[in-house]
Amino acid sequence: MDKTVIEYIANLSRIDLSEEEKVFFIHQLSNIISYIEKLNRLNTEDIEPMSHAIISSNVFRGDEPVVSILREEALSNAPSKIGFFVKVPKVID
Amino acid sequence: MSLLQSTAYQIKNKIISREIKSVDLVSSLFTRIKHVENNIQAFIVTDEKKAIHDAIEIDKRIERGEEVGLLAGIPVAVKDNICTKSLPTTCASKILQNFIPPYDAFIVRRLKEEDAIIIGKTNLDEFAMGSSTENSGFKITRNPWNLECVPGGSSGGSASAVAADVAYMALGSDTGGSIRQPAALCGIVGVKPTYGRVSRYGLVAFGSSLDQIGPLTKDVRDAALLMQVIAGYDSCDSTSVKVPVPDYMEGIESDVKGLRIGIPKEYFATGLKSDVHTVIKDALKVYKRLGVEIIDISLPHTEYAVAVYYIVANAEASSNLARYDGVRYGYRSNNAQGVIDMYSKTRAEGFGNEVKRRIMLGNYALSSGYYDAYYLKASRVRTLIKNDFDAAFEKVDCIMSPTSPVPAFKIGERANNPLEMYLSDIYTIPANLAGIPGISIPCGFSKEHLPIGLQILAKHFEEKKLLQIAYAFERETDFHLKKPPLNVSSLQGA
Repeated sequence: MDKTVIEYIANLSRIDLSEEEKVFFIHQLSNIISYIEKLNRLNTEDIEPMSHAIISSNVFRGDEPVVSILREEALSNAPSKIGFFVKVPKVID
Repeated sequence: MSLLQSTAYQIKNKIISREIKSVDLVSSLFTRIKHVENNIQAFIVTDEKKAIHDAIEIDKRIERGEEVGLLAGIPVAVKDNICTKSLPTTCASKILQNFIPPYDAFIVRRLKEEDAIIIGKTNLDEFAMGSSTENSGFKITRNPWNLECVPGGSSGGSASAVAADVAYMALGSDTGGSIRQPAALCGIVGVKPTYGRVSRYGLVAFGSSLDQIGPLTKDVRDAALLMQVIAGYDSCDSTSVKVPVPDYMEGIESDVKGLRIGIPKEYFATGLKSDVHTVIKDALKVYKRLGVEIIDISLPHTEYAVAVYYIVANAEASSNLARYDGVRYGYRSNNAQGVIDMYSKTRAEGFGNEVKRRIMLGNYALSSGYYDAYYLKASRVRTLIKNDFDAAFEKVDCIMSPTSPVPAFKIGERANNPLEMYLSDIYTIPANLAGIPGISIPCGFSKEHLPIGLQILAKHFEEKKLLQIAYAFERETDFHLKKPPLNVSSLQGA
């Protein structure tokens, strides 16, 4: 973990970091990652990866309209809006 | 014992028989909240007006002889990462400071259907990421047993509130121990149900393959009562399971004679504090007296669980928390130039350090070139951990261990060392990875008179058995009746 890597993942994470914070997180994340690397002691070649603890399958429902929350309610928490639209800074120049 | 110190089960019958009124109970509870909240800081928000209003309605219905729900008139607290319509839900994060959900979580709807009185929302580590409730964006919750100590976390507000008798019962969420560990550190009962047993609809997502909602209560019977209300299938959560919900109260007194209890040697290794070890050994003696068979077992991949967890949980978190972008709800930075800058500044200003650390760690583990080495590797080791449990349950009916290697630690003691904090959850994390249910019950005290919890784990969907096993211990002991030394004498309101 170095400055290039932390800047890369901070950008992926869309989190602005100050120079000070970069140093702070490089140190902490390096410690955690070296701890995590203990997993490499295990041979897992023939082991299936597991993403869920219980057997699960896709859940489908009929394509039928159901009652949902109102548009006003859905927009009630938006930090900025115009009418029934959420307002954001200009996306395309 | 004052009414506020009673259990939900005890007051439930008094309310229904009209021996006491729910509104009187709620009023004295809020008086007590005003007295102790300065010390323990368990709540992010309380709603006295609504609680009183709801209590009056329940009392009227009881007076008219109407049928009422399982939790009629009982004051319940809800962890603040569970959505409550019209009541703020902040996840203890500045990024959701002003968020008021337009809907109720499934389990909140269930509480209301059963006529519970929701008194407020409890503090947590921001987005449930932590083991001490020190990572809250708003306040630090304290342990009622020693105000200089943490209550554990992340459901620290719920645990502290129940331990201090300012809520009869509370709901929490458990991704790696966040119900069981604070329950242990505050001397109460906490249950993490089987993954899929309780709907997560309306629970703000952290690690979606690990998160479960569960009860924090004063005793085992109350845990059974609350499980009865929250367990069950919900079409709004596609991981919710259509397994019939048993009657958790029925047969809770069943004896445990002949039960095979597995003791995993890896849970009694380095890092376990000696007085915790002693108390757990004494607890096992109680079970021996009841005629159980103690069997030494091994869960050989235990030492890898924390590493697996911090990859899997954070990978899921990095994806789940991508939704906080300042667009549709929550905080938005005013200092940004353009939309990408708005995302990055909003998240920089809105999230605390622990959340940032975990999002970045998760994105690192999922990023191109690292995915196989971290995420895929962790997912394979997760299988090994689950296989350990499968093999153990061939030989034993349940597994017992300490819930936490240490009792409550001092506020600030671990705050600057994330890795050390992560290791607080070493005994609770494996159950989340395997999806099995677990319970923590009070089983004694440390030298400093801090509570110690006994963890019991069982196979998928065996909550009923867990509750029976836990109740057998509770019936033989009085640890669950001990109260923290908060000044109660001046507060005998009810």
